[in-house]
Amino acid sequence: MRFLIPLGVFGLLVILLAVGLTMDPKKVPSPLIGKVAPAFDLPQLHNPSVNFSPEHFKGKVWVLNVWASWCVSCRAEHKVITRLANMKLVDIVGLDYKDEAEDGKRWLRQFGNPYTLSALDLEGKAGIDWGVYGVPETFIMGKDGLIKHKHIGPVDDKALDEEIVPLLKTLLQEPS
Amino acid sequence: MKYLTGLLLFFTLLTPVYAAIEVHEFKDAATEADYKNLIEELRCLVCQNQNLAGSDADLAKDLRQQTYELLQQGKSRAEVVDYMVTRYGDFVLYRPPVKSSTMLLWAGPFALLFIVLIVVMLKIKKTRTVEAPVQMNLDQAKNLLSDDVSEKNNDGQKNKGATK
Repeated sequence: MRFLIPLGVFGLLVILLAVGLTMDPKKVPSPLIGKVAPAFDLPQLHNPSVNFSPEHFKGKVWVLNVWASWCVSCRAEHKVITRLANMKLVDIVGLDYKDEAEDGKRWLRQFGNPYTLSALDLEGKAGIDWGVYGVPETFIMGKDGLIKHKHIGPVDDKALDEEIVPLLKTLLQEPS
Repeated sequence: MKYLTGLLLFFTLLTPVYAAIEVHEFKDAATEADYKNLIEELRCLVCQNQNLAGSDADLAKDLRQQTYELLQQGKSRAEVVDYMVTRYGDFVLYRPPVKSSTMLLWAGPFALLFIVLIVVMLKIKKTRTVEAPVQMNLDQAKNLLSDDVSEKNNDGQKNKGATK
């Protein structure tokens, strides 16, 4: 009988710690969800004389994928982003984060370019405004210009099929 | 030789400190104090157990630079904190604000302390109520012993004899 209390406390601790283990502390919930996509005005990677700003996709559902040529897990993610691009659901904009233009272009030549266009964030200022802290990161914007979803880390097939594609389809059906 | 080893050890201690030093010129001493205070209190999101001051990660460098620029532009401490929180959330703060979602964090330790205090008090009370009869039993036992000392001794001897 007197073992019951310590045993109960131990059981509760086990549950607490087990739940804690399943959570990923690297995934910090973004305060930007539901907010207006932060503005930026950056040169396009392949056309530096023309700037890109999130304004351009006003009224459309679009995806912003933060990548860089120096980012190892972006390579793993690349084929998943390519698969999304081939579905031709929405425009995917790449934000080449803290990268040199030449390195970024070479990377896209080597692996293929799934992006409608890429913007070059050489200094990482746009990255800070978007709360980027671990590349790759993927944002989904709705027709109202609000950020609907943020995926931290590489998008895998499961995340694409179970979260991103269904969300994009619902967003596309919404009235603009 | 001894001095040389000592000197080398001293330099190994210095290197990580040097690596984190950046040259900033502040417009006044108050801004500098604010800057130092802020980079101590803001968390680096890449290496989550370090603050901006202690981290050598690229993001920490950028955020230090951003903190510096915002302060130089005349932004207040609170405005810089606000700037970081709107982008990275409360997690960027080493001292999270008190609100409903952080209530457990702030009140939890005190609640636990309170529970432990109550349990300890109950235990103490219990042992005290148990002690009184024990004292009584001791007295009783003493009386019994003094009365029956001769008898007991005899018994003891008898038993001894029996086992022999």
